[in-house]
Amino acid sequence: MKVNVHVSLKPGVLDPQGRAIHHALEGLGFSGVNDVRAGRLIALDVADDTSDEALDEMCRKLLANMVIENYRIEKVG
Amino acid sequence: MAFTAGVITFPGSNCDRDMAVAIEAVSGKPATRIWHGDAALPEGLDFIAVPGGFSYGDYLRSGAMAANSPVMRAVAEAAERGVPVLGVCNGFQILTETGLLPGALMRNAGIHFVCREVPLIVGNDTSLFTAKYSKGQEIVIPVAHHDGNYYADDETLDRLEGEGQVAFRYADNPNGSARDIAGVLNTKGNVLGMMPHPERKIEAAQGGDDGRALFEGVFEGLSVA
Repeated sequence: MKVNVHVSLKPGVLDPQGRAIHHALEGLGFSGVNDVRAGRLIALDVADDTSDEALDEMCRKLLANMVIENYRIEKVG
Repeated sequence: MAFTAGVITFPGSNCDRDMAVAIEAVSGKPATRIWHGDAALPEGLDFIAVPGGFSYGDYLRSGAMAANSPVMRAVAEAAERGVPVLGVCNGFQILTETGLLPGALMRNAGIHFVCREVPLIVGNDTSLFTAKYSKGQEIVIPVAHHDGNYYADDETLDRLEGEGQVAFRYADNPNGSARDIAGVLNTKGNVLGMMPHPERKIEAAQGGDDGRALFEGVFEGLSVA
């Protein structure tokens, strides 16, 4: 089973990298970019019988730092 | 007096030798070097230092991989028993990732790696680590980090300030840290994490010895106990 874990900074947490990317896009002449937040995609290939609870635990214990980050689990097939 | 200090080395640690040299310079006793893969710590450690560097190449998040190494489980157990634990720079990041200290260290607000001497204000003079300083004292200690931007939610920050757990603050915030926090203590006061490097300020030959009092506090505090 292929699972994508999307890790992003919690709303309200300052994202210096997103801000730098935003500035760079503006520098390239792209207008109308309101905000940029940078995150991380972790693509997992796990056994088909991996439980949702186990996936959740992987995220909370390692893949995301729950102090500053949120995660979203997406099963892609 | 027996004093046994241990310095942990992870793949990618690069301040472990400096830490060991600083401990020996102050205590007169060589520090035990401990490899990250060791599941058990040597018996009878009085003090554990988690040094700076780039453990596991900062993969995933700074300190995240090291926090899950066998030796850190043993360090967490020792900290629970009350053994003093100092984490500097990457060591601070590791201690937050293990949950021994609250908060997280994020990318510097200015994006750049910051490597320079910074003035700090001592915020606590009652812990083992800070007893040789006085509250409000200004000291100068170098920083060298990319992820030193301390973050915790407001409730946690209020609690840290209210309980005297802010050990050091930046006089001139170099990285965007919440409330200028440079170092924090746990509630019991036996775990300290800080981004600046006290082990790089031990002798006048290093341009100052403002870091020496931290190690003297630990050594003398444990010697009296």
